[in-house]
Amino acid sequence: MKQHLSGVRLRLAVLLAVTLLLLLAVACARMICPFDPDAHNYAAVLQPPGGAHPLGTDRYGRDLLARVLAGGQVSIFSALALVGITTLAGTAAGLLCGWFGGAADTALMRLADLCLAFPGLVLALALTAALGGGTFHAVLALAVAGWPKYARLARTRTLALRDAPFVDAARMAGGGSVQILSRHLLPNLLGPVLVTAALDVGTMMMELAGLSFLGLGAQPPAAEWGSMMSDGRSMLQSYPWVVLAPGGAIFVTVSLFHLLGDTLRDLLDPGSR
Amino acid sequence: MALLRRMGGRLLQLVLLLAAASVLSFWLMQLAGSDAVQQQMEATGTVLSQQALDAARAELGLDRPVWVQYLSWLGGVLQGDLGTSYLSGQPVAATFAARLPATLLLAGLALAMTVAVSLPLGILAAVYHGRPVDWLLRAAGFVGGSLPGFFLALLLMDLFAIRLRLFPVIAADTSLKSAFLPALTLAIAMSAKYLRQVRAAVLEQLSQPYLQGAAARGVPFRVTLWASVLRSAAATLVTLLALSAGSLLGGTAIVESIFLWDGVGKLAVDAINMRDYPVIQAYVLWMVLLYALLNLVTDLICRRLDPRIRLGGQTR
Repeated sequence: MKQHLSGVRLRLAVLLAVTLLLLLAVACARMICPFDPDAHNYAAVLQPPGGAHPLGTDRYGRDLLARVLAGGQVSIFSALALVGITTLAGTAAGLLCGWFGGAADTALMRLADLCLAFPGLVLALALTAALGGGTFHAVLALAVAGWPKYARLARTRTLALRDAPFVDAARMAGGGSVQILSRHLLPNLLGPVLVTAALDVGTMMMELAGLSFLGLGAQPPAAEWGSMMSDGRSMLQSYPWVVLAPGGAIFVTVSLFHLLGDTLRDLLDPGSR
Repeated sequence: MALLRRMGGRLLQLVLLLAAASVLSFWLMQLAGSDAVQQQMEATGTVLSQQALDAARAELGLDRPVWVQYLSWLGGVLQGDLGTSYLSGQPVAATFAARLPATLLLAGLALAMTVAVSLPLGILAAVYHGRPVDWLLRAAGFVGGSLPGFFLALLLMDLFAIRLRLFPVIAADTSLKSAFLPALTLAIAMSAKYLRQVRAAVLEQLSQPYLQGAAARGVPFRVTLWASVLRSAAATLVTLLALSAGSLLGGTAIVESIFLWDGVGKLAVDAINMRDYPVIQAYVLWMVLLYALLNLVTDLICRRLDPRIRLGGQTR
């Protein structure tokens, strides 16, 4: 058992290191690749990978490595921001609903039901239709669709723990609601929330890229993986690298975050294997 | 009697939910800050005076308070009038009715493929837990789950339609052959997730003490698997499948746009890009209705499958 656990820890450490490396690479894109991701260069249009352009160039002669890295800034950080927002908002709502109950609980949970009544992407489509495209609106739209999951999770856990002996003890020791919620209840539901959030990053990244692919997320000419693939989709046969570079980037990054989520679950919730 | 009362409760919930969803979708389009008159003006490229604009708005009833507009819109919706498309000038309800079967065919085919693939493979992975077969299937599921639908669509299109020429690139008609590739795209993403869930649900049953009991009494594993394990897991499997089917309803939008499949998903995406709000409203309402019906049917099936739910006892 001990042996197994240390194996999982090692896996988590390696995956975290790789993820940090990826984030660092994306954040310091200019140091890795000197090309301007948005600069057109008609002398080097649709160059195959190799030489000065490790991933090739697109139909405007833009360097694909530079664009993949710049797109990563948008794709990865907006997915992280999205999961951060939904996790924070949902967990806070769930904690408060479970702890205080009453009319606010009913109202918030009915609102959650309403958001869940829409198939996720349909709600996001409707919201981007109303608000207009753009990365920020796409994140907002997916956040509206995503928060109820965390609210329900946190509420269920809070309800289960509300009358636990350690909570009674904290209350008798004179703890107020704020103290009990933040010091005693929150740490107890952090595990499942973190696991859900980690597994969500990859999925959200794919949904954001999907919205961009449809032209509803990040707007061209800004580099973003989904919109880059949409831009190059007609060239898959003749110039495959234009599509495969951003596509491969999404696949690798999503896989990495899924692996990270799986590993985190193995560590925090070993029973679910 | 209890069933009737419960069904009545569910139906009431459904009506309330649809009412709330209708308010939301109406309000969202108000939020968009552009109305039929402005759309018309932009579409025809004419510039009208403020007076003419006001007159046109009054004619369409757009000068009335929002809640009056909502009620009159809702009245129309209940009578099957979903408004007129800004773009084509055609009634939205008729356009929708014409496109809906194509989407349902696509979604149905994808769902059938998912069940046909991931149910047996998920059971296989659970039974051979920890063996090479399990590892292989989990790896395949992992890869399928990390490929975005639109990337998968482009790859499948390139391989099967362009290189191997087995299927049409663009869905010229709504035949099964044209539906195969878009349905496969949807099914792969869904199967990746569902395979995992089937495996987990069956594994959970396989760790139950009744299995040892049956084995001790000499019941062959084959019999226990089919008669007990799968029966106990059935309700969970149906519920999880319905959840996946919900993502299918939204997912068709992307896949339909790529394969130019003439369903409501592509209609909606085109409408969003052209800001054709009545069509978007219709899409949202229809999807919520379909999703709610799906959940209702799932609930009914689960009650049939699991006597513990039917008899109102503990569910797990």
